[in-house]
Amino acid sequence: MSSSKPQPSPLSPTELVDEYFIENRNRIIEVAAFLDRLDRADDQVASNDYRVAALNKAIAILGSGTSSRVQDIQILLSDPTTEPLPALDRKGAVGAWDRAKGGR
Amino acid sequence: MRYIDHHAHMASRTTDDYANMALTGCVALTEPAFWAGWDRSTADGFEDYFRQLVEFEPKRAAAAGLQHYAWLGMNPKESDNRELSAAVLERLPALLEQPTVLGVGEIGLNRVTKNEIATYTEQVALAATHGHMVLIHTPHLEDKLKGTRITIDVLREFPSLPPGRVLVDHAEEHTIEAILDGGYWAGLTLYPQTKVSASRAVDMIERYGPERILVAGACDWGPSEPLAVPKFIAEMRRRRHAEALIHRVVFENPVRFLGQSPKFRLPAGVAEAASLQAG
Repeated sequence: MSSSKPQPSPLSPTELVDEYFIENRNRIIEVAAFLDRLDRADDQVASNDYRVAALNKAIAILGSGTSSRVQDIQILLSDPTTEPLPALDRKGAVGAWDRAKGGR
Repeated sequence: MRYIDHHAHMASRTTDDYANMALTGCVALTEPAFWAGWDRSTADGFEDYFRQLVEFEPKRAAAAGLQHYAWLGMNPKESDNRELSAAVLERLPALLEQPTVLGVGEIGLNRVTKNEIATYTEQVALAATHGHMVLIHTPHLEDKLKGTRITIDVLREFPSLPPGRVLVDHAEEHTIEAILDGGYWAGLTLYPQTKVSASRAVDMIERYGPERILVAGACDWGPSEPLAVPKFIAEMRRRRHAEALIHRVVFENPVRFLGQSPKFRLPAGVAEAASLQAG
């Protein structure tokens, strides 16, 4: 086997859709339900919470038609800075980077 | 299908998990030292934990028919504590000589602080000086991209450490190319919510091929899955990938990487049986 060559799935495009459509239909409805739930709690949450704002930007990337959606969303959610933190602020990551506050 | 899980925190798991891994084809696993979910207060506390990894866990694994190996080091989550890190690092060289210890790990960065980088750099230097293999944790979520870049920058400062003896773990779509381009092994750890799903791991095998890619469950004390590798195998089959390709990823690749340590030895006949089974 040529080791570094891509190994595309033998499934045809239609077979891929047949196999994976239902579970991804479910996922996108779950995201819609989450956003509706947030709106019911506070319809300003998208502008007040940087994580929800990032999620909305990620959803725009889903519709962008590019073939690098995963990387684009990963980068959108990442800390773009290059300098180390001078001191430990907390133990864990939160999943999105607060651009308005420099990530912190 | 027989497989090897290179990243499993079995100290946090039950004996039933060992048994279920064996029942689903696992023949060997490696356990990197990590954060217990709370900070330890002394170097003695670390040494007791390391002793658990090299004395007790191999016995629990053997009872289920599994081989158990370990990686020892100061984990990223506690590495910001420079005083404690120095005390732990002082004890590491002797501990690394234990017969089931494959190398230094899991080391690396968490929030990418200056202190974490200093402790990580010292441990890479230790590995380079003593010719040890290295297993590196990369940070979670929004910290992963920046942390992986700095992780690789530090590795480049040690040309005596061959990239092929370094596994950069918890790779995702935005970090895997830099890891593979550097000549390092990339680990895909399969988690229910963070890190990588089985489906995305298969996507990355499809995009980059199987060369220098490993998959593991990285099961620990949080939401995680000790049977993640067999679920990855099921996902590969769902995409109709050849058994030989799956075998390459879950068995041959870990044997190639881990087998660089003379301490890693599978029982006689296991590799041949696994190969025959995969056709």
